[in-house]
Amino acid sequence: MVCQECNQRPATLHFTKIINGEKKEIHICDKCANEKGDLFMQNGSNGFSINNLLAGLLNIEPFLQQAKASTLTHVDELKCKNCHLTFKEFVHVGKFGCATCYETFKDSLDPILKRVHGGNTAHVGKIPERLGESIHLRKQIKDLKSELRALIDQEEFEQAALMRDQIRSLEKEDIAAKERGNQP
Amino acid sequence: MTLDHFAQNAKSSWWNEAGPDADIVRSSRIRLARNFRDFRFPTIYNKEEANKVMELVKEKLGKQNTDAVGNLDIFELEKLESLERQVLVEKHLISPNLAEDSLYGACLLSENEDISIMVNEEEHIRIQCMVSGLQLTEALDLANKYDDWVEQQIDYAYDEERGYLTSCPTNVGTGLRASVMMHLPGLVLTRQINQIIPAINQLGLVVRGIYGEGSSAVGNIFQISNQITLGKSERDIVEDLTSVVQQIIAQERSAREALVKTSHIQLEDRVYRSLGVLLNARIIESKEAATCISDVSLGIDLGYIKNIEKSVMNELMILTQPGFLQKYAGGPLQPYERDVRRASLIRERLDLAQIENS
Repeated sequence: MVCQECNQRPATLHFTKIINGEKKEIHICDKCANEKGDLFMQNGSNGFSINNLLAGLLNIEPFLQQAKASTLTHVDELKCKNCHLTFKEFVHVGKFGCATCYETFKDSLDPILKRVHGGNTAHVGKIPERLGESIHLRKQIKDLKSELRALIDQEEFEQAALMRDQIRSLEKEDIAAKERGNQP
Repeated sequence: MTLDHFAQNAKSSWWNEAGPDADIVRSSRIRLARNFRDFRFPTIYNKEEANKVMELVKEKLGKQNTDAVGNLDIFELEKLESLERQVLVEKHLISPNLAEDSLYGACLLSENEDISIMVNEEEHIRIQCMVSGLQLTEALDLANKYDDWVEQQIDYAYDEERGYLTSCPTNVGTGLRASVMMHLPGLVLTRQINQIIPAINQLGLVVRGIYGEGSSAVGNIFQISNQITLGKSERDIVEDLTSVVQQIIAQERSAREALVKTSHIQLEDRVYRSLGVLLNARIIESKEAATCISDVSLGIDLGYIKNIEKSVMNELMILTQPGFLQKYAGGPLQPYERDVRRASLIRERLDLAQIENS
């Protein structure tokens, strides 16, 4: 087979390119392959990394415009109350300023995280041992509180009182766990 | 400083061990990105906060508290010479970022250098574990042990929904970056690497050159790591990477077999020419050295060369980096002087290796 680029040398590289669902067979020689380097993902070329890309990636997000149009607040002007990073700065740098930023920019994060993490937005991995104890308790308390509201709505006051006591004891445990946590 | 003594210092002790598939996988590495709850991230914190993070690390992770994990030595980067910093980078113990532009950067090193905790890098800390060969699960277990220990002492920035919170959105969730360093001369020689790299990229994995981000593949050494840190458990990330690496190992082995079958004499010629260069050159640039070391390593794997240990080649790969060379020379060198020094160092080390085995 002859190289389809130069039509001279024998083709030594054979591969299939799929662009927009259209399949294209390519047969070329080494020399043309080298010249047409953009056909291949060159490894680590000119210091391009995901971090460099990220700021650009966030900037062109169409969701930004949607978010702007659909809410009254300007997303760009959101400012983290803890570290004072604005959303605009976050998009520019591609990095958060502090843990609170995750809360501050919560509404705009999902599309960004989905993009970076193959569609995922929630953590399913490790839960830290010490903090984890408190997380588990808080989740329990949250669940009980919503049950409590349901009971009150149904005017089941006796059961609601029992549940209230249960919540209180869990909250005490939570505080104790936190104190243990702060003094390991 | 004698070369013998220096060579001892050049390798971390895990280098001596030959882990599983060590002929192709040089090392497995796990890095966990963690931040402390009560401080702003390194992206925007000031000098004072960076100092506080460092002081907290010294107080909580200092020698008085290391009973659970074994001894760790703290090195503050500002107190190190720039050459010493470069050497830490060349040994893969710290990142180039930490060496060059961190505020109050530091690293904590275990005695055999399998654990290194970077302080005040892109995140407050990064726990790194490096082992020989393909042993990602083992490395993860070890890194987790240190992670649990740190968590007992200091409050992490952690969120139920998002997991470990990091300054860079690419690290959030598990904060886990698992990577393996692979020597793939067979795939490069047969040009299969050009097809394999895009395929790996499609699987959500990243392929890079030997010194991480932004460096090109020197000496046929490639680093493959996970990109996704959120929505997958640590075990899954490590298992997925391991299974891809196992496939690449199989490909590399069959490429080597095919080369031996079809171009045996050309391959042997290439290996021995490269050995000739290493044994005789008086001036050698780092790139040429890396290429020759790669050829000779392949020659050792294929059994062409029997009187040199593979570990000597791994060692040379590190020893011939600019930082190490200059440390060995005892001071800064001009690039030309480096090339001369590199050539003589390689010759001496190979002489030593051949005496050991004669």
